[in-house]
Amino acid sequence: MFGRDREREDPEVGGAGMADIAFLLLIFFLLVTTIDVDTGIGLQLPPAPEEEQEPPPIKKRNMMKILVNEQGQVLMGTEETEPTPVTQVKQKLKDFVTNRGQDPSLSDSPDKAIVSIKTQRATPYNVYINMLDEVMGAYAELRNQASQSNYGVPYKRLDEGSEKQKKIQDMYPKKISIAEPNQ
Amino acid sequence: MGHFEKKSAKTSQDVPTSAMPDVVFMLLIFFMVTTVLREVTLQVKVDFTEAENIEKIEQKRLVSYIYVGPQKLSGNKLGPVKIQIDDSIIDDVSAVRNIMYDKLKEEPRLIVSLRVHDEAEFGKVTDIQEELREAGTLRVNYSTKQEQPGGG
Repeated sequence: MFGRDREREDPEVGGAGMADIAFLLLIFFLLVTTIDVDTGIGLQLPPAPEEEQEPPPIKKRNMMKILVNEQGQVLMGTEETEPTPVTQVKQKLKDFVTNRGQDPSLSDSPDKAIVSIKTQRATPYNVYINMLDEVMGAYAELRNQASQSNYGVPYKRLDEGSEKQKKIQDMYPKKISIAEPNQ
Repeated sequence: MGHFEKKSAKTSQDVPTSAMPDVVFMLLIFFMVTTVLREVTLQVKVDFTEAENIEKIEQKRLVSYIYVGPQKLSGNKLGPVKIQIDDSIIDDVSAVRNIMYDKLKEEPRLIVSLRVHDEAEFGKVTDIQEELREAGTLRVNYSTKQEQPGGG
């Protein structure tokens, strides 16, 4: 009686569970895939020193020395380094780069300005990063200003590798050198 | 009046789906057990420091990481600051040079990402940087988290 009924059903696979499967797969992949974009401060190290190679002569005024000492103090200056709060590094550096020969103790021109970073062995890492962050910030702001005034768009909007971006980069080249650590 | 509701068959028409979640769970567990994720198990503690002006590295293939931080010991204790590359602790800093040189041979555009515990001393990093210079891997990146602008 009932058996005959059952034979006449059209055999369909229930689609109700499909949603569950999909959800679970989704959850699974959500858990498994790590979207871990590495962010950080990029830096180009100076190449290994050649034997018997004298460093090229650099005018004192064109080299901003930044020293982070063991107590986590930041000292910066072109002639004599003086203690500087980390929060002022950016402003000082901007003044230094955009001096264009006015102040005799600061740089001749932005493309000659060099930042030399020196640390000591016991320098706390986070102070160093804060300082480097300020340095990068100074350049970022300068480039942004140049980009805004020349092209009317923020620097970030310029296409990677485009002519315009190159021009701005050449205007304010990041010349950051890591001084040899003193043992 | 003249038309009745169409009667559905007396037996339920669909395959019982009550066991479906179990099937899916089995699948899930199966996948969880079998997928091998190439993740580095950290043997050192790394708490990132924060910075505002950071950039993203889009090409993950180019990045190789060096971890620097206090070694995780059993029982939640922290040991001395160690260097870890891939899955092994490097005791001798000068080994960094060869490891990185080999990696550079495989991938000329290598970026070395330094993931350093924020309270570590910079001396270790200096040593590593010297080794990287010798190896010729000059593109480095200090991993930091994004700090909100204006936040200190």
